[in-house]
Amino acid sequence: MNEDEIKKNIFQLLKKIAPDTEPSALKPEENIRETLGIDSFDALQFIIAISEKLGIEIPEKDYGKTNTLNDLVGYIKNKMGV
Amino acid sequence: MENPVMKTTLTYREALKQGLREALQNDQDVFLMGEDVGRYGGAFAVSKGLLQEFGEERIMDVPLSEAGFVGAGIGAAIAGMKPIVEVMTVNFSLLAMDQIVNNAATLQHMSGGQLHVPLVIRMGNGIGRQLGAQHSHSWESFYAHIPGLIVLSAGTHEDARGMLRLALQSPDPVVLFEYTSMLNLEKEIDIESPIVDISKAKVLRKGKDITVITYGTGVYKSLEAAAELATVGIDAEVIDLRILRPLDDFTYLASVAKTHHVIIVEDAWRSVSVSSEVSSRIMEKKFYDLDAPVQRLCGVEVPMPYPAHLEEAAVPQKQDIVNAIKKMLRHG
Amino acid sequence: MGEFLMPSLGADMEDGTLIEWKKKIGDSVKRGDVIAEVETQKGLIEIEIFEEGIIEKILIKEGTKVPVGTIMALISPIGVPLETKKEKPIELHPIEKKVTEVMPRETAEESHIKASPLAKRIAEDHHIDIKQIKGSGYDGVITKEDVEHAIEQRDTIDKEQTILKTEKTATDSEAIRFAIAAAMSKSNKEIPHYYLEKKIDLTKALAWLQEANQQRKVQARLLPVVLFIKAIAKSLVDFPDLNAVWENGLHTKKDINIGFVVALHNGGIMVPAIHQADLKTVDEIMEALNDLIPRARAMKLRSSELSDGTITLTSMGDRGADSVFGVIYPPQVAIIGFGSISEQPFAENGMLGIRTVVNATLAGDHRATDGLTGSRFLNVLSENLQKPELL
Repeated sequence: MNEDEIKKNIFQLLKKIAPDTEPSALKPEENIRETLGIDSFDALQFIIAISEKLGIEIPEKDYGKTNTLNDLVGYIKNKMGV
Repeated sequence: MENPVMKTTLTYREALKQGLREALQNDQDVFLMGEDVGRYGGAFAVSKGLLQEFGEERIMDVPLSEAGFVGAGIGAAIAGMKPIVEVMTVNFSLLAMDQIVNNAATLQHMSGGQLHVPLVIRMGNGIGRQLGAQHSHSWESFYAHIPGLIVLSAGTHEDARGMLRLALQSPDPVVLFEYTSMLNLEKEIDIESPIVDISKAKVLRKGKDITVITYGTGVYKSLEAAAELATVGIDAEVIDLRILRPLDDFTYLASVAKTHHVIIVEDAWRSVSVSSEVSSRIMEKKFYDLDAPVQRLCGVEVPMPYPAHLEEAAVPQKQDIVNAIKKMLRHG
Repeated sequence: MGEFLMPSLGADMEDGTLIEWKKKIGDSVKRGDVIAEVETQKGLIEIEIFEEGIIEKILIKEGTKVPVGTIMALISPIGVPLETKKEKPIELHPIEKKVTEVMPRETAEESHIKASPLAKRIAEDHHIDIKQIKGSGYDGVITKEDVEHAIEQRDTIDKEQTILKTEKTATDSEAIRFAIAAAMSKSNKEIPHYYLEKKIDLTKALAWLQEANQQRKVQARLLPVVLFIKAIAKSLVDFPDLNAVWENGLHTKKDINIGFVVALHNGGIMVPAIHQADLKTVDEIMEALNDLIPRARAMKLRSSELSDGTITLTSMGDRGADSVFGVIYPPQVAIIGFGSISEQPFAENGMLGIRTVVNATLAGDHRATDGLTGSRFLNVLSENLQKPELL
């Protein structure tokens, strides 16, 4: 899975969680939750969804490494070993 | 106007006679046999003058034995002739039923296809004019029941004239019903007699609101009823079945799919009749196209009464058809 | 004979539209069964029944809007009076018999809709409910024409609705806005609020949570708010006056049902109740949230969830304001607010350190309790949050 595919997955799942937003308009360094207005409950739903979809384990202590789109993509790439 | 189609007015009887004469002229193997068909000119005067025209060899009077002369006809047909056997009326045909059902209808099957019976049996059918209970039967259904027979019903002047010629070309036995009550009925038809198809029912009037399926004496009555219904805005399609065996399902089922309403009209008794068969096939094949139950107008199930007004009341009339259709379509 | 009334799903509800009966005459019902679906300002709500019996009579037709308190159905009790029961317990049978008598009559009526095969086929093809059509054919039979008429009517309505659809969503959120407006105005007009605030050290609680979450699959992980809910519920056991309603006097409630404020994506809030939160484990509370929050946002809650709250919690989560002072949801008598969790300088035993803290507030109904009660409650709440392992 390349970076574009990872992003595509992220956008899809974010859109599901926050249907009234446009995740693909996110800038690389923007804080995802703040920009899209995602609360802690939905944030957890997102983490669950992305773990299930991509088959990776995101421990709670790593939540801080997933704040921006850049961070999240980098983190996932690292986790998936691509 | 180029080549206008020339029309002529003639009675049903004259139409039958024309058909007979054409058949006799066209093929030397064709001959007519029956009770009083020669010297007397036919019980209903259909073959009047034919003896003089074609001679004793081809217009043959026979003794009063239906079983005997129908059997002789079968034998002649097997031997390569094309006999037309006139059984005066369907009422007397019961005496020949064994020959018709057990011999004519089965021989091709029992001989493994070696024998064909190209026989045409004409019979008068239905009410005449106050002929009483034992001379007024409508028994199309008896013969329409039998595999091995082709059963035709001449409900129009065109068919009265044209059906016989085609029937004679059939390699298998044909029962051709003519209608006694219509003999004096005059209609205008084309002078040229076209080749009529005897494999299909015929849509005599196109319509979109209801399908009237009928045959024999029901045909003209239904057409008249349809004309009256048109004046109140009901557009009825009238189908003459013409061939009662094998039924041409295609034509009437297509009509049902279009109009979604069906009434079947016949003079015959209602129970176990041609109308019950047609109704059931519609149910089997076009149930989901029906917007109302199939209705039937049939003869009253009594022995035919003698008095004229009761005889008239015993079979469906034009007004009965009009009323039944109006009721079905919730008109007025 | 019991009566089933249009319930009040909050102080702000004046009427509701019966959308669908979920039970029919002759059905037996028991406590907690969903008997109907009612459209309210808070969406399409499944209405539960709280008595046991057999539906004897249905008085309100689907599609009718009726005021709160209107008798909608009659329920006949399933048992028989006690004294009769003692004498001849066999008396139960006639009632059972009655049920079986009633049932087939109903189903027979339903299945006896006369429609032509063609009409049925067309109706099916166009997804038209043939039961809603009046037949014009012989003997009331539904014909092709009747169905086509119904299709035409529906299509016209559909068209109108598509046009109105954008307006409709606007009206939905507008309706919620008005519902909130009504309830909060009533609260502010009638309830004399007092406000208290306490800073609570969450260091231990969050450490425990992190530890707990490490052992959980991502799907089972807990949010901090679960600890708040459980701690509130546990603390309330000793403060019954806060777990109560004020209706011409204070009425304490046996169950502790914590109404949890859920913000809707398009604005507005819903407050579904987490039933008997004191008896639930933290995992069960998390499960309840996983169930309730999406349904609240889809406006698909049940009547008990909307009306059973005995106290309310509003939590800012980990973003937003430091403190929140709530407006009590009448007829409740208290609302607890948790601000966002943050690291702050924290003085303890003469030492200054950095701790993760949260500001907990309580708005209380001064008719029901005094500040001292509220203050003690916040202290107990704080203590409970220091022992997360016992929650």
